[in-house]
Amino acid sequence: MNRFKQACHMFLIMFKIGLFTFGGGYAMIALLQNEFVANRKWIEKDEFLDMVAIAESTPGPIAINSATYLGYRRAGVIGSAMATLGVVLPSFIIIFIISLFFDAFLSLEYVAYAFRGIQVCVTFLILSAGWKMFKSLKKTPFNLCLFSAVVVAMIVTNLLAVDFSSIFYILICGAIGLFAFLLGNLRKKNKTKREVEK
Amino acid sequence: MIYLNLFLTFFKIGLFTIGGGYAMIPLVLEAVVENGWMNEADFMNFLAVAESTPGPIAVNMATYVGSTQGGILGSALATLGVVLPSFCIILLIAAVIRNFLKYRGVQAVMGGIRPAVVGLILSTALTMILGTVLGVSDLKTVPAFDFRAPAIFAIIVGVSFLPKLFKKKKKLSPILMILISAVLGIVFYGFWG
Repeated sequence: MNRFKQACHMFLIMFKIGLFTFGGGYAMIALLQNEFVANRKWIEKDEFLDMVAIAESTPGPIAINSATYLGYRRAGVIGSAMATLGVVLPSFIIIFIISLFFDAFLSLEYVAYAFRGIQVCVTFLILSAGWKMFKSLKKTPFNLCLFSAVVVAMIVTNLLAVDFSSIFYILICGAIGLFAFLLGNLRKKNKTKREVEK
Repeated sequence: MIYLNLFLTFFKIGLFTIGGGYAMIPLVLEAVVENGWMNEADFMNFLAVAESTPGPIAVNMATYVGSTQGGILGSALATLGVVLPSFCIILLIAAVIRNFLKYRGVQAVMGGIRPAVVGLILSTALTMILGTVLGVSDLKTVPAFDFRAPAIFAIIVGVSFLPKLFKKKKKLSPILMILISAVLGIVFYGFWG
């Protein structure tokens, strides 16, 4: 019963955070840190930083990943389910309501004009998000090679209207990363073997 | 079966989006266009809404597409689909393999995926700019040039550099940028056209 109570409490906290996070995952991390590390001291700072690293490098939105992790640490599986539900519910309700009248809203003449400007702005927002990620990418030859190969292949297939899912790029590059690592390992092993034989 | 399709499509998106937020844009755009659920302009319209409302973009997208294609049930299933992969994976990590990231093999795979994700986002942005700003959607059709979209783009780029000009560290929020561009849209297309 105690655990269930904690899970419900988790739901309320995450609902509040979900409601007030504008601008996606990274904005939420600051709120989470404030709530769980600074105020409630439910989790150590080091573990929180580890959690952020895990949330960033596993599939899925950072907000969902963090909620699942923190919920589990507080109240087990039911805690993680309640925390995830809590963080999703506010946007679900808001977007569902918007979806009911968005088309009608867009068919107003001046709203349509406004959205032609907004579309241009959205391309810029995506560009600057990508640019920010590019700047924080380590510029090793390996990274730059994969990066430019993907950019060239994507733009060419897009312009020629060839069907090639971006999932394949992710899978192929993950495989290349693993392959390069194994190859490096093999080389090291051979080298030490030769040294031993000498 | 639209419900199953919504669930599976967004499950796949949830499973392959690494790096949060903007990383899922190339995948979602591809999925909604392929299924005929939205065109590129609809997608960008809604992206602006997703940016200006609370919550992760992936969840907002799933809820919206699900709702327009399959009502409340479609909306719930698409959202469940996008959330489920991360939920299971994180649960596994939190419960069993706490030091998941310390495995060298995992790091190697991540090291390959990271530059690919950045490449996907930037090239999506570039093709969107070609299409929306310059009117070039593919090589077969002659671009219909219109000065208004490039003009709006130039003004937005200029505005985004304003805080730097005044030596302010804080950047303009995306919501503010969207509002400015809405005004520009009305001025350029409403009063000029």
